[in-house]
Amino acid sequence: MKKTVLNENHRRYGARMVDFGGWEMPLHYGSQIEEHHAVRRDAGMFDVSHMCAVDVVGADAGAFLRRLIANNIDRLRIPGKALYSAMLNPDGGVIDDLIVYYLDDHRYRVVINAATAEKDLAWMQSCLADWRLATGITPRREGHSALAMIAVQGPHARAKVWQVLPECRAACAALKPFFSTVVGDRFIASTGYTGEDGYEITLPAEQAEGLWNALATAGVRPCGLGARDTLRLEAGMNLYGQDMDETISPLDAGLAWTIDLLAERDFVGKAALLARPQQRQFLGLVLLDRGVLRAHQQVRSEHGDGKITSGTFSPTMQQSIALARLPLAVAIGDTVEVAIRDRLLAARVVNPCFVRHGKILV
Amino acid sequence: MNIPADLRYTKSHEWIRADADGTVTIGITDHAQELLGDLVFVELPEVGSEFAAEQEAAVVESVKAAADVYAPLAGTVIEVNQAAVDAPELINQDAYGVWLFRMRPVAASELDALLDAAAYERIVEAA
Repeated sequence: MKKTVLNENHRRYGARMVDFGGWEMPLHYGSQIEEHHAVRRDAGMFDVSHMCAVDVVGADAGAFLRRLIANNIDRLRIPGKALYSAMLNPDGGVIDDLIVYYLDDHRYRVVINAATAEKDLAWMQSCLADWRLATGITPRREGHSALAMIAVQGPHARAKVWQVLPECRAACAALKPFFSTVVGDRFIASTGYTGEDGYEITLPAEQAEGLWNALATAGVRPCGLGARDTLRLEAGMNLYGQDMDETISPLDAGLAWTIDLLAERDFVGKAALLARPQQRQFLGLVLLDRGVLRAHQQVRSEHGDGKITSGTFSPTMQQSIALARLPLAVAIGDTVEVAIRDRLLAARVVNPCFVRHGKILV
Repeated sequence: MNIPADLRYTKSHEWIRADADGTVTIGITDHAQELLGDLVFVELPEVGSEFAAEQEAAVVESVKAAADVYAPLAGTVIEVNQAAVDAPELINQDAYGVWLFRMRPVAASELDALLDAAAYERIVEAA
């Protein structure tokens, strides 16, 4: 199994390690619910070094990404600005979701998922060759220039990062949401996967342990993938491989907001999406009965059946929530039934953003 | 590892206490709660329901996963622990104190076929 540079350190902090897409990662350091609450109420940190930063650099970097990605990178006009979108296959299925950071017209950083990184890189290289463009694609996860990534999230995350990295304070404090800045050899972005404020800090791998330990001393709680999953689900954020994959149209997975079908620009998968409009809607469910919603459970509505793609117990709401693909006629506020073991339990259909900035929204 | 010597066990991580009146009390082991992580939901059988040995009798769910709890021997459910349903997290804190249900076995001799603490410890260590 692959290990991040922080692997040994996680064990010192008492982590229970699990296999996540071929990477040995912390599931929790004792209680994933306590870790979840730490991020909603104070500050927590995640090792996300298994994700892969890819530097796309060269004269044709913009032309390459403009065709590769389903949203239009021309929206990125201010250096540092980030864009969440998807990379599609010619059939319109989702190869991966990703964030593109615009550094300048010839330099972009793309962050892709851990388990899909090799597939993604092979796809990017084959597109580059087919399109005969002059751009370098450099993954920064391994080797002598390897980077590590630490996500610090929570209402007090920013202040605690400033305390540990005072030299970064001025540049970081000026960051609007979904922006990035470079301070020395650190790349700091106001992005995240929890629905809380905070930073994702990318830095040379050999500096990761020092930063992790300094943040822990400043009161930032180490958090594992367990809390990361419940936090992103409460925030209504998709997880690749669960809420969408290569067989699912982004329009059916709640990603239409970051697919640009109106502009003239062509991109991989566009023709397939235009030929097959949205068939399903991606909404949230709140379980009204006792129990726990899980992925793959069937949803029954008067308009037909649907399916849960991610489900869990929400530590913030103290009840079970899920993301689901449902028939288009289902409306927010409807009550549907979910098949759990040998029973049908009632659930309410909601906007799939359950919690943001510590507040319950549904 | 916390495996009390005075209890019996199954390979599916239930513990069984033989009570003085010939009934048994059943819960999940400390190892089981640790594997599952934070427990958030417990579903118990109805009093009076009858189970064969190794039949699914209850469900415990953590944030991460759902797990069946099996009847360790054939018998009738005579009592369930509502405290475990109301506050599943208590099982994380005290797996041997917070029982799930009690049964009257069809044959008390079935108890002898269950694992003792040493045998259960070997199974946990081998996993």
